[in-house]
Amino acid sequence: MRRFSVDARTGSPESGGGTRCQPAGSADMNGPRPIDILMVDDNPGDARLTQEALKEIDLPHRFHWLSDGEQAIAYLKREGAFGHAPRPDLVLLDLNLPCTDGREVLARVKSQPDLQDIPIIILTTSQAEDDIQRAYQLYANSYVKKPVSMDQFIAVMWSIKRFWCGIVTLPSRREAAG
Amino acid sequence: MNTATDILLVEDNPADVRMVLEVLRSAPRVCRVQVVVDGSQALAFLRRQGAYEHATRPQLVLLDLNLPGLNGHEVLAEMKAEPHLAGIPVVIFSGSRDGQDIMKAYQLRASCYVSKPDGVEALRETLQGIEGFWIGTASLPLS
Repeated sequence: MRRFSVDARTGSPESGGGTRCQPAGSADMNGPRPIDILMVDDNPGDARLTQEALKEIDLPHRFHWLSDGEQAIAYLKREGAFGHAPRPDLVLLDLNLPCTDGREVLARVKSQPDLQDIPIIILTTSQAEDDIQRAYQLYANSYVKKPVSMDQFIAVMWSIKRFWCGIVTLPSRREAAG
Repeated sequence: MNTATDILLVEDNPADVRMVLEVLRSAPRVCRVQVVVDGSQALAFLRRQGAYEHATRPQLVLLDLNLPGLNGHEVLAEMKAEPHLAGIPVVIFSGSRDGQDIMKAYQLRASCYVSKPDGVEALRETLQGIEGFWIGTASLPLS
């Protein structure tokens, strides 16, 4: 199991996978808290590209990465070592993961009343119609094709930033929407 | 692969309908937009009932909340409870900024909640953002 968390404001890795946590909706001295993004992907290269792209687009965020589905569920449920994990504002979930794959993570999170409103964007190389259809039927909030180059990663992360962090009212930010 | 995207717009405000159509028609990618003006019509369209027997299954639904008759939350709940409609992503596009409305929409499986901003230019930019992400970046189910 591999994981890391980085605060994009300082660039310093956090130990233990997201140990610092502010209550949802709180604002610190520098304005609204950074957005917590959880990426679940077994490919460290893709996690690195995503993280670099997120830095490139200048989105105040904290990036949390987990490489397997079972860990992702434990993280979201704040079980075991994840007792203090922040509730992510947005999850980027790969479909093809070892053991517990993305479809199962999706199905389990979306059937859990206290977790089902966390937005999950499927980020996967698969463009199979069946995968797309099935993911939406399992209530994925969206489905995005995983890019292959750094330029494309930046373009996709910029699009996600513009829409999900600029236009959408996220469930975690709803009190600030008024 | 590069075919038009089928969108269903459920909106009773003619000015908002006009703006959505204007933005989508001037977008770089081609959309086919069908418009219905209340919740019952939306469900009839999606279920291909009555006059909508030959309706195309949309790949994306833009759903207002405040609708005559069945409201947007009710339409969303019905859609997401029907297996053949549950897999259609629904973007809530509403004038409401009420925390309860937002929470309820996510609990009822809306893909996302977008508040209609005040002012024509802000509305246009918001719609361009919806188009940019959902048509430009996201992969949608087939119609």
